Amino acid sequence: MLNILRLAKRYPNGHLALSGFDLDVAAGEIVAVVGGSGCGKSTLLRLIAGLDRASGGNVSLNGKSVIAPHPEIGLVFQEPRLMPWLTIRENVGFGLRDLRKEAKHARVVEALSRVGLADVGDHWPRELSGGMAQRVSLVRALVARPSVLLLDEPFSALDALTRYDLQEHLVELWSFDRPTLVLVTHDIEEALFLADRVVVMRGQPGRIHSISAPHLPRPRNRGDQQFQSWKQSLFAELHDSVRAAPVDRTGEIDENAGIVHFKKVV
Amino acid sequence: MIPTTPLLDPIVFPDPRHGSGAHDFFERSITTTRDRSFVLGLIVPVGLALGWEIAVGLGWAEGRLLPPPSRILRTFADLTLTGELAGHVVATLGRVGLGFLLGVLAGTAIGALTGTSSLARRLLDPTFQGLRSIPSIAWVPLFILWFGIFELSKVLLIAVGVFFPIYLALSGAILNLDRKLVEVGRVFRLSRLAMVWRVFLPATLPSYFIALRTGLGLGWMFVVAAEFMGASEGLGFLLTDGQMTGNPKVILASIVAFAFLGKLTDWGLARLAERVLRWQDAFKPSA
Repeated sequence: MLNILRLAKRYPNGHLALSGFDLDVAAGEIVAVVGGSGCGKSTLLRLIAGLDRASGGNVSLNGKSVIAPHPEIGLVFQEPRLMPWLTIRENVGFGLRDLRKEAKHARVVEALSRVGLADVGDHWPRELSGGMAQRVSLVRALVARPSVLLLDEPFSALDALTRYDLQEHLVELWSFDRPTLVLVTHDIEEALFLADRVVVMRGQPGRIHSISAPHLPRPRNRGDQQFQSWKQSLFAELHDSVRAAPVDRTGEIDENAGIVHFKKVV
Repeated sequence: MIPTTPLLDPIVFPDPRHGSGAHDFFERSITTTRDRSFVLGLIVPVGLALGWEIAVGLGWAEGRLLPPPSRILRTFADLTLTGELAGHVVATLGRVGLGFLLGVLAGTAIGALTGTSSLARRLLDPTFQGLRSIPSIAWVPLFILWFGIFELSKVLLIAVGVFFPIYLALSGAILNLDRKLVEVGRVFRLSRLAMVWRVFLPATLPSYFIALRTGLGLGWMFVVAAEFMGASEGLGFLLTDGQMTGNPKVILASIVAFAFLGKLTDWGLARLAERVLRWQDAFKPSA
């Protein structure tokens, strides 16, 4: 459904952020992309979202190329990025301009009550805590009913407890419409908790090191033996890859860079 | 086994409409602080006025060149009774109002244009920067020549004065916008016009309102310049009339009227700003 082929990005200053990224994501799937700083994971999301133009390769949704922001593709940033001059209710309805007033209002109210924020509708963004604001940001993206939702380290700016809450919240919200989720994170536990498949990126510029499908049953349990062993092996992969990965930012875009699939047998 | 947390309970907030809770507490304490500031602000002018009144009354000072408050008040009363003051006030207010409106419209439109279009900025900004350095009084003879000595030249002069701070502030504020919010607009595929109306302009409102107040102050300044030349009514005319007839009371009454009206209109704009900018997460100093 979402096909990424040999995606690459070189910025105008010469900096090579991404070099040959291939991924096929099925409808309704949750894919997590894990990698260290500077491996190009945020660049990857921005390219899929159409915020930046790729230097090489191509992103397509249901067969059609994506080169600009797309109505079916939503994006949640690391910060809530709510409009400070709008109330929470108006913020959630920000992307719904094609709907009539009553339909818009109904959808917003329903979405807010689904996340337990029904009472906050008339408040200003500055009155909300970081976790609540990020929840509103999630709702704002989801209320437009995108078929693909991209999340760029959505919970990394929050404390651990809030992060756990919001991760569960995300799964619960996802279960309603089942959009495709592509989540970028540096937190392996978060990736394992949320995703059907985990992509490990390595190197600067970033390339795919491995793609794993843990097949852990939902609801996921962080204390589970299987969960922990997956976490350890992915951690080792990520850290080995960080240590051993070549750093070559001035190099050419490697159009033929293949991906290495690690099939984990449990 | 680590227990998973239950789904989040709905968060209950104190309802701002019912006047209870922390929200209302802060509103109330700010009001008392504002009242106290108001009183504190009055001490110096009232004290000086009273002091001067007493000095003249006791014969310590001559009240001719600088009349005491009582004489100024009597002049006010005379002018009001004859209906003269009303006429002057209306004339001046009308000119300031219309000039302000024109200046705001032009400044907003062109400021938004140069802020959002780099081509427009490169074409227009150097010219406007050059025009900006021309002192206000220098425009008067030119405008009289082009637009006559009646209302048009005066209103346009005020509009020119109001235009520049608003143009500068809006253009600059758009260029300094947080790109994070702009990206949200892009993700939601806002059209260019929608981007300006729904993101750029609201985001620049705080700077815009400061510019509006500056523009208004300049408008009051420019109206004096305008009314110095070829006016038959207005507070500025009253100033020159008082000078021509050697009547300091009238001069001072006019100055006091200017100060009062200027402060009143600025206060009105400030209160509007407060209302419109309720959402701001800004530093609010206490008394």
